[in-house]
Amino acid sequence: MTQHGLPSGVGIRRDRVFDLPPVDTRDLLADRHWWQRVWDQGAVRKAVILVALVLLWEAAARYQANPLLLPSAGDTASALWNGLASGVLFSRINASLSVLLKGYALGALLALALTTLAVSTRIGRDLLSTLTSMFSPLPAIALLPLALLWFGLGEASLIFVLVHSVLWAMAVNIHQGFQGVSETLRMAGRNYGLRGLRYVAFILIPAALPSLLAGLRIGWAFAWRTLIAAELVFGASSGQGGLGWYIFQNRNELYTDNVFAGLVVVILIGLLVENLFFDTVERVTVRRWGIQTSS
Amino acid sequence: MVPSLALRRAADQAGATHPEVSSRAGAVSPVAAPRLVVDNVTLEYRTPRHVVKATQQVSFAVQERDRFVLLGPSGCGKSTLLKAVAGFLTPAEGEIRLDGRAVRGPGPDRIVVFQEFDQLPPWKTVKQNVMFPLLASRTLRRREAEARALETLEKVGLTPFADAYPHTLSGGMKQRVAIARALAMQPRILLMDEPFAALDALTRRKMQEELLTLWKEVGFTLLFVTHSIEEAQVVGNRVLLLSPHPGRVRAELGCEEDSLESAGSEATRARTRQIHTLLFEHATNGNAEGAYP
Repeated sequence: MTQHGLPSGVGIRRDRVFDLPPVDTRDLLADRHWWQRVWDQGAVRKAVILVALVLLWEAAARYQANPLLLPSAGDTASALWNGLASGVLFSRINASLSVLLKGYALGALLALALTTLAVSTRIGRDLLSTLTSMFSPLPAIALLPLALLWFGLGEASLIFVLVHSVLWAMAVNIHQGFQGVSETLRMAGRNYGLRGLRYVAFILIPAALPSLLAGLRIGWAFAWRTLIAAELVFGASSGQGGLGWYIFQNRNELYTDNVFAGLVVVILIGLLVENLFFDTVERVTVRRWGIQTSS
Repeated sequence: MVPSLALRRAADQAGATHPEVSSRAGAVSPVAAPRLVVDNVTLEYRTPRHVVKATQQVSFAVQERDRFVLLGPSGCGKSTLLKAVAGFLTPAEGEIRLDGRAVRGPGPDRIVVFQEFDQLPPWKTVKQNVMFPLLASRTLRRREAEARALETLEKVGLTPFADAYPHTLSGGMKQRVAIARALAMQPRILLMDEPFAALDALTRRKMQEELLTLWKEVGFTLLFVTHSIEEAQVVGNRVLLLSPHPGRVRAELGCEEDSLESAGSEATRARTRQIHTLLFEHATNGNAEGAYP
C-alpha cells in the first residue's frame, strides 16, 4: 500500500518534535594544551629555526676547523660583541641606515606619485608601464659608475641608486594593488564626493594596502642589497662608509670573523625590520580588517 | 562652455523655485514638484567594440516619500538607470533632475546601497563606516558624525556591533550597515541596487520588513531596483516595469496595498499576475518567474 505516492515498503512516518533541554555553555568550550598554544606563536617557530641554523653553522665550522675561511658562530659572536662594544659597528650601522632610509623613503614617495598619476590618466598608466619595463631589469649597481660621474663620491650617488632599485618594484606592486580595488568600493567613494588625492588617500591606498605592504617589503630588501653592494664598490675611496665598507675593509685585512659579524648585522637588521616592523603593521591593519589572512 | 553652464544652472534653480517653469519636463505630477525626474533618458555603455543601448527614452518621476521600484528582467537596464541617477553614467539623451537640478556626476545627495558586500571599506569599523560619507563629504564634523552614526546604528539594531570590523559580520548585518550608512547621510533620495539579492531567503524577508519599518520611522525617498516581482510589490508603493533589450517603460503601477501580510490576498495576487503578464507576454518561455535564482 502506498501513501501519497511513496514507494511501497516505506511506512507512515509520524511528525517528530523535540523539547531541547538547555546546554551547559561550559561544555561548548575546551582549552587547548599550553604547548599547542606556544607552537601557534610564529616567533617561537622562527626562533627554533634560527637556533637550528646557528647549530648547523657551528658544527660545520668545527668540522672545517679553518677560522680564516669559516669562523665559528662563537668566534663571530665575540667579533660582533667587540665591534659593538668599541662603537665601530654602531657608527657603520648608523651611516648605512641613514642613507638607506633616505633613499627608501624617496623611492616610496616617487612610486606613490607615479602610480597616482597612473590611475588618474591613461597616458600616466602608459608612462608607468613603459618606464617600469625599461628600468626594472636594469641592476641598480650598473648605474653606480654613472651616478658617481653625475653626483660625485658621496651620499647623493648612493641615494640615486637606492631610489632606482626601490622605485620600479614598488610602483609595479602599488599599481597592481590599485587596479585590484573593487568597483563597488570605488563607486562608494565617488558617491560620497571623494575625488583626486582624497580619493587616492581614503579609498585606493587603504584598499590596496596588502599590495602596498608587499611592495614596501620588496623595496626594503632591494634597498639593502643595493646599498651593501654599492658600499663594497665605493667604500674603498670613501672615509666613513657603512656596513658594506666595514665588510670590505675587514676582508682586505683577512679579519674573516669581522666580515661575518658585518654580515650577521645585515641579517639581523633585516629580520628585525621584517618581523617587528612589517609584521606589526600587517597585524594592526590588513589582518585586523580581514583583507589578508595570516596563513 | 563656462558661461553657458552657469546660465543653465541658473535656469535650473529658477525651475526649482517655480514649479510652472520646471513643468517643461512634462513628467511633473500635479500634486507637487517631484523629487526626482528621469526625463526621456537613453543610456549607452561602451564595450571595446560596440556601443550598447541599455535603456531607451525612459521617463518617470519620483515624489517625496515614494518607494519607487524599478522592476524588470536582467538586461532591462534597471541597474544602469540607477547608476545614471547616482551620477556614475551620463545619459546619451535626455536628462535626470534632482529637485529640478540636472544631475552631473556622483554626489552625497544621492547615496547608493549596492548589492555587493564589499561596498563597506574593510578597514573601517561599523561605526566608522557609517561616519565615512558624513566626513568624506564634509557634511558633519567628527563629533557630530559620531553621534549621528550611533543614532542611526541604533535604528537598525547594530549598536552592539559598532566597533566590529565588517569581515566579522554576516551578509544581512553588512547590508544593515550599508543602509544605516546611507540613512545617516539623510540624502535627498536613497538609491538601492538589489540590496537584498545576495542574502538568503529568510534574511531577505526580514530585511524587507525592517526597511519598511525604517521608512515609516524616517520617511525617506527611495528608488529601489529589483528583479523579483514579489519584492517589488512588498517594498514599493509604485512600480515601474521595464522591458528588456533595450529597457523601455512597459507600465507604471501603484502597489501601495501590497505587503508581506497581503501576500495571499486576491488583489495582491491579481497584481502579481498583471505584472507577470506585462513583463513576459512576449517571452517565448516562462522560465523567468521574477524570483531570485
